[in-house]
Amino acid sequence: MAGEKSLVLLDFWVSPFGQRCRIALAEKGLEYEYSEQELLGTKSDLLLRSNPVHKKIPVLLHAGRPVNESLVILNYLDEAFPASPPLLPADPYARAQARFWAAYSDKVYEVGTRLWKLKGDAHGQAKKEMAEVLANLDGELGDKAFFSGDEFGFVDVALVPFAPWLPSYEKYGEFSVKEKWPRLDAWARRCGERESVAKSLHPPEKVDEFITLLKKHYGIE
Amino acid sequence: MSPPVKILGAFSSAFTHRAEVALRLKGVPYELIQEDLSNKSELLQKHNPIHKKVPVLLHGDRAVCESLVIVEYVDEAFDGPPLLPVDPFDRATARFWARFLDDKCSTSYWLALWTEGEVQKGSVKEIKENLALLETQVKGKRFFGGDTVGYLDIAASAFVGHWLSVFEEVAGVTLVTDAEYPDLCRWAKEYTSHETVKQCLPEREKLLAHFTASKDFIVSAVKSMTPK
Repeated sequence: MAGEKSLVLLDFWVSPFGQRCRIALAEKGLEYEYSEQELLGTKSDLLLRSNPVHKKIPVLLHAGRPVNESLVILNYLDEAFPASPPLLPADPYARAQARFWAAYSDKVYEVGTRLWKLKGDAHGQAKKEMAEVLANLDGELGDKAFFSGDEFGFVDVALVPFAPWLPSYEKYGEFSVKEKWPRLDAWARRCGERESVAKSLHPPEKVDEFITLLKKHYGIE
Repeated sequence: MSPPVKILGAFSSAFTHRAEVALRLKGVPYELIQEDLSNKSELLQKHNPIHKKVPVLLHGDRAVCESLVIVEYVDEAFDGPPLLPVDPFDRATARFWARFLDDKCSTSYWLALWTEGEVQKGSVKEIKENLALLETQVKGKRFFGGDTVGYLDIAASAFVGHWLSVFEEVAGVTLVTDAEYPDLCRWAKEYTSHETVKQCLPEREKLLAHFTASKDFIVSAVKSMTPK
């Protein structure tokens, strides 16, 4: 049997940031070893050594060398494996747009977390911001099939892992994506039909259970 | 002939500097359009509707927003010496540390400078730890990029060196000393005296006057960043 696989992904089952990497690896046809990490308990030595700065997943180990931060990993996969189908478009301006919107998509998770964690005025503020964020994303998507046009790519990979979190955010935020931003809703379903996405994401019910678990963990009622 | 390049920026903005220095290092001529940040122009709002912030790079009819996205765009759209390293792993490392600065260090940086009491104490501890981590990346090298100024130098310039020394003076807070951060201080001198970089560094006296005049505004703006 050959030595250890060249690519190892340190990850956590429900992490949307980890899922970005899983989807990217699948889209690029790259084999890797998936390593589930303990996050709520004691973090592994490997994780702490690989990401001493943030101590977070996902971490991509390539021949033992760690690459950290999900979007940095996505860029890395394109650059280290140029023969595999690219996530980013070729044109510099299209790439700049993709990088901007992929980074912006982080806001869905950041604001969404405030929706289920906070109460009162802070919760109200989070509701307002979530509406802005989703409206902006919907506006950028427009009537296209995917964010860069006809092809599934970088921004789609960055954003789609948050799709199973949306039903929970809808519950905590009292809104409906399908009603207010039907194009975004359709996009999420369209992405879900891709094998890479279907295999990497968990159903919304599982995500909601996890949020409930986190709330208990943080002592939030 | 390549379409004209403009930057919507503000002289006081370290993020505008990032965009300018990238263009200068590539040898790309550009026009700097100064924005009044207290009265944002229609042009800025049109080209950066999401964040309404400077800098914005206008290249013909294209608008690129977010300083680090601009730096990568400039690297890819124009010929000239590369700003990012060539090797994919080194590129990933540079991007990681730039994001570390903009995402992880930002809040504690502002809080350490412009708040007081327990919040400030905690933030000072945090930012000093983070700066020590950043320093590891320039140890034994002239620049973060090696022998030449690169992406991470450009990113770091917003947090260490020219702007920080002005903030420290206006706020009356010292975060970086030669004794504690010998490599960062050495880097700051190298960076600010670099022949291309210094062409787009605003005069220290002007920056000092600007931030002294804005101090009250900054302090109250930062109060709203204080974590609950």
